Amino acid sequence: MTAPDASAPVPPRGNSRARRAWLVVRAMLREPAGWFGLSLVAAHLLLAIFAPLLVPYNATAMDAGAILGEPSMAHPLGTDHLGRDILTRTMLGGREALIVTGIGTPAALVWGGLLGIFTGLVGGRFDEVLMRIVDAFLSLPWILKLLVLVVTFGTTNAVLIPTLAFFFGIPVIRVARAATHEVVARDFIQAARARGHGRASIMMRELLPNVTGPLMVEGAMRWSWMLLAFSSLSFLGFGATPPTPDWGLMISDGRLYMTVALWGVLGPMVALASLIIGINLVADALAIVMRVDHSRRDEI
Amino acid sequence: MTRMILRRLLLGAVTVWLVSVIIFAGVEILPGDACTAFLEREAKGQLLANCRADLGLERPAALRYLDWAWGALQGDLGVSADGQESIASLVGSRLRNSALLAACALAVGVPMAIVQGVVAGLRCDGPLDYGISSLAIVSMTIPEFVSATVLILVFSVWLGWVPGIVVAPADYPVSAFFPGIILPVAVLTLLMVAHILRMVRASVIEVMASDYVQMALLRGVPYRRIVWKHALPNALLPAINVVALTVAWLLGGVVVVEVVFNYPGLGRMTIDAISDRDLPVVQAIALIVASAYVGVNLLADLLSLVLNPRLRTHTARRA
Repeated sequence: MTAPDASAPVPPRGNSRARRAWLVVRAMLREPAGWFGLSLVAAHLLLAIFAPLLVPYNATAMDAGAILGEPSMAHPLGTDHLGRDILTRTMLGGREALIVTGIGTPAALVWGGLLGIFTGLVGGRFDEVLMRIVDAFLSLPWILKLLVLVVTFGTTNAVLIPTLAFFFGIPVIRVARAATHEVVARDFIQAARARGHGRASIMMRELLPNVTGPLMVEGAMRWSWMLLAFSSLSFLGFGATPPTPDWGLMISDGRLYMTVALWGVLGPMVALASLIIGINLVADALAIVMRVDHSRRDEI
Repeated sequence: MTRMILRRLLLGAVTVWLVSVIIFAGVEILPGDACTAFLEREAKGQLLANCRADLGLERPAALRYLDWAWGALQGDLGVSADGQESIASLVGSRLRNSALLAACALAVGVPMAIVQGVVAGLRCDGPLDYGISSLAIVSMTIPEFVSATVLILVFSVWLGWVPGIVVAPADYPVSAFFPGIILPVAVLTLLMVAHILRMVRASVIEVMASDYVQMALLRGVPYRRIVWKHALPNALLPAINVVALTVAWLLGGVVVVEVVFNYPGLGRMTIDAISDRDLPVVQAIALIVASAYVGVNLLADLLSLVLNPRLRTHTARRA
């Protein structure tokens, strides 16, 4: 175990930010989990962007003559209980979730990450109190926290996105704080202090680059959990609003007819599961490439 | 050692107190109260004032918080918004049902997870490990409502082996929930096994690569003896904390599974209470689940402290 393992990936280094990002992606593509996960996620993103140009039907157009229709040439995945084309709705069904989580995840990462780095740096009484508050928030079931706000203020994106970003940022505080503790005692931080750098400068220029690895892995995990949370809310009737095509909603509707029209749930289930598995594979590959141990992370 | 235990207990108590403040403040800040929820459209004028006077809602928030917290300490969680039922009796049977579901899932899942995690860890990077780890990622990431739907479809609709939903009301005896409980337990087991086994696997790999195990290998200690005597006791210690997190999650967060299978536990009660805007019940459930979360994690920390001598020194203390 003392001999250096030649096959182990080395955390990529480079000059520019773009070059570093490219090196990370290239290292991830060498992992089986990485290329499979990245292709799944990329396929989903491309589909979400271009689906409106590709879909054969109007997603909300009902057809009384084709209620719960079997898969056919005209409707390759059949039609739902209102005669809407399921292929169309499945292709469009990830857009809402991707928009909500695509804004919500970076927001959670930024506020949780910055607060975590800050509290890791200053420590003391502030850190003690903040960590107790974080513990208290984490001990409440996630769905209860989300539902109370969503039921009170409505299920629009203007409510969902800040709510998800707030609650999913709280566990990020812990991760960023722990990652900060790993580096805060090192010499270069002392050197920066001795040079007279302020807190903001140390946070942004010394600490942030050193905690990006754990934060990126955490971001990928948070993204998958936020997607899961949004879809669960939709499934329970508190997320996307009908008639918006959304996988969670489609599964919830299709379940009622699944004994006679199995095709109603198959498309959205495969789509949702493949996207979430893809994101998790990306997170795993990222953890290997960035050398982050995330097997012991806790649940939300 | 005693000081550390006292410190952990104190931290746990502080967390529960903070939770109660957050819950109470949260409900205070949100628009509406128990009276507007109960009276709905008629919530105006004299009727609203009378209702508020009846429930004592016109008193200052701090006083009501003290009242509520003092009652909760003594096991009195107040009455539900729609009137006369005591929350303690409403929650009691639901809590029992959720505990039953959790106990079944743990009894099935934990041994499975540990065996698979140890096997995958010992055969690290072999075909068996790839098989187990890939399956774990799939079963961990597939949303509960998707795996539940698939299981209902296969085992209930097509094969007809087990019922797809639970029909017994909340206060029926435990035996009434079998065999309907089998599928919800299966869904929960799929999720938790993956989480625990991934952690056990990582821990086993780490311990097997450590110097003392390598040393024992070089000394020619038989492999079985190394695994059973030297490696596993250390590798399985961290599993205690993961299992504790799983228990806490099972007690409070399985709303989706309970809704899908119509299982009358705390999760479904949560969603009903929130939909009805029955705030006293929401507060009570939040407090119970959060206390259980803190309590179970505390227990796990104390257990690891007792089982692992290395954690007893002050330098090894976890913040």
